[in-house]
Amino acid sequence: MATKTHNERAWWFVLPVVLLVAFNAVVPLMTVVNYSVQESFSQGVWFWSGVEWFEETLNSSRFQAALGRQLLFTGIILAIEIPLGIAIALTMPKTGPWVPVCLVLMALPLLIPWNVVGAMWNIFALPDIGLLGYTVNALGIDYDYTQQPLSAWITVIAMDVWHWTSLVVLLAYAGLASIPDAYYQAAKIDGAGRWAVFRHIELPKMNRVLTIAILLRFMDSFMIYTEPFVLTGGGPGNSTTFLSIDLVKKALGEFDLGPAAAMSLIYFLITLLVSWLFYTLMTRQEEG
Amino acid sequence: MKRWLVPTLYIIFLMLPIYWLLAMSFKTTNEILGGFTLWPQQFTLENYKVIFNDPTWYWGYFNSMIYVTINTIISLAVALPAAYAFSRFRFTGDKHLFFWLLTNRMAPPAVFALPFLQLYSSVGLFDTHIAVALAHCLFNIPLAVWILEGFMSGVPKELDETAYVDGHSFGSFFFRIFVPTITSGIGVAAFFCFMFSWVELLLAKTLTAVDAKPIAAIMTKTASSSGYELGLLAAAGCLTIIPGAFVIYFVRNYIAKGFALGRV
Repeated sequence: MATKTHNERAWWFVLPVVLLVAFNAVVPLMTVVNYSVQESFSQGVWFWSGVEWFEETLNSSRFQAALGRQLLFTGIILAIEIPLGIAIALTMPKTGPWVPVCLVLMALPLLIPWNVVGAMWNIFALPDIGLLGYTVNALGIDYDYTQQPLSAWITVIAMDVWHWTSLVVLLAYAGLASIPDAYYQAAKIDGAGRWAVFRHIELPKMNRVLTIAILLRFMDSFMIYTEPFVLTGGGPGNSTTFLSIDLVKKALGEFDLGPAAAMSLIYFLITLLVSWLFYTLMTRQEEG
Repeated sequence: MKRWLVPTLYIIFLMLPIYWLLAMSFKTTNEILGGFTLWPQQFTLENYKVIFNDPTWYWGYFNSMIYVTINTIISLAVALPAAYAFSRFRFTGDKHLFFWLLTNRMAPPAVFALPFLQLYSSVGLFDTHIAVALAHCLFNIPLAVWILEGFMSGVPKELDETAYVDGHSFGSFFFRIFVPTITSGIGVAAFFCFMFSWVELLLAKTLTAVDAKPIAAIMTKTASSSGYELGLLAAAGCLTIIPGAFVIYFVRNYIAKGFALGRV
């Protein structure tokens, strides 16, 4: 670690970033805050309504149900994608002609526009004409994601695992590639087993990239919208209506801008809080 | 257990839905809807012909590529000096600023779609490539700063000091010595900027109408207006994978080696 010198002029270097991001972040955020504390009866006429929308949102069973589904979904995909991603990165070849082949093939799902991902899984999993749905039903399992909530959940999770596990693989693989061979040789001399090597050499070295992987996966899965919307449309019923799908329904479908804005601020604050917890925990671990 | 088994099974799992999309793009819509066929029975290129002969279709690809390129260039240009500042200096509010940047990735785009539309309309940029490129900076700049900062922190500070002793000015040091040292970091950051801008649809769709409409939005429109042209949509979907495949092919070595240099 290079020691940093104190230099206030460094602000000039970060100024363009601050300006560009602030232009995109502050104005829209203030617009949302503005909506969230007002009531509109007709176009352009607004009344102050204070924290009414916030109370209403927090107490509504619809919001609580959507939040519950969202937390469950994010929990499940993190529990699958992070260990699976690490396991695949550990078994990938370290050198040789297969490395670029593996990397390119694995990165493909990451580069497909999100609505295409949703649409391709929509057809892939259809029970009558889709490869997945047809095969599963041919095996004698009753599966139809358009009718059964459980099937819909499994499909959405399978889609997300398909779509995003490679991000964890790429980051974990890059972390592993940074470990010098000397470490492994030293471990061999000490007679360390496979698990000890993983626990004391590989895992600590992957710490930084795993922080990025976990944070990115948390944020993006918590805000997931396009893919499940195209795949299931939030259904059957409301069974896969996650927070952002519910939010868009409210804001654009029902044009309840006040409650929708309040809901989005609560949503934003939850994401912020959890990300901050992850960030603090993982950067502290690094220092200790 | 054989080592290659896990990655091989994983890659097969990844390829199955892509195969299905590819197979559908060579089928007629009637065959797709008619029943289950493992590969095209009546092989057709008709779907691709439609796309290559219709400007609204192929311009969608150009539109997407234009704003993705502009976004990647802007993101890297402003993130480079900022990441340098974060990795080399302490200054008032640096840690808070860094986390604040990250928080901008956490704002659900669904929430900001409407305010973004109002903001970009009011500055007269609605339906331009630059509007989408700027809007995507919201989540790409923080990520680029984050990645580049990691790489730069791995470069010893002695490099800077030696350069100054050798009589380099800051500009000459930064562009002639420092930037070439972290090429792989720039490659990785560029890949992520490209990726997140290319796959995002909600903001891109909200901020455009005709002139800068991205390919993904044209697909949604076709899906609703002309019935359900599944074969055509599958062909369009397949074509959206190609630019990404090119980019990943060019940066593959950076991805493999890249982080190794940075994250010590």
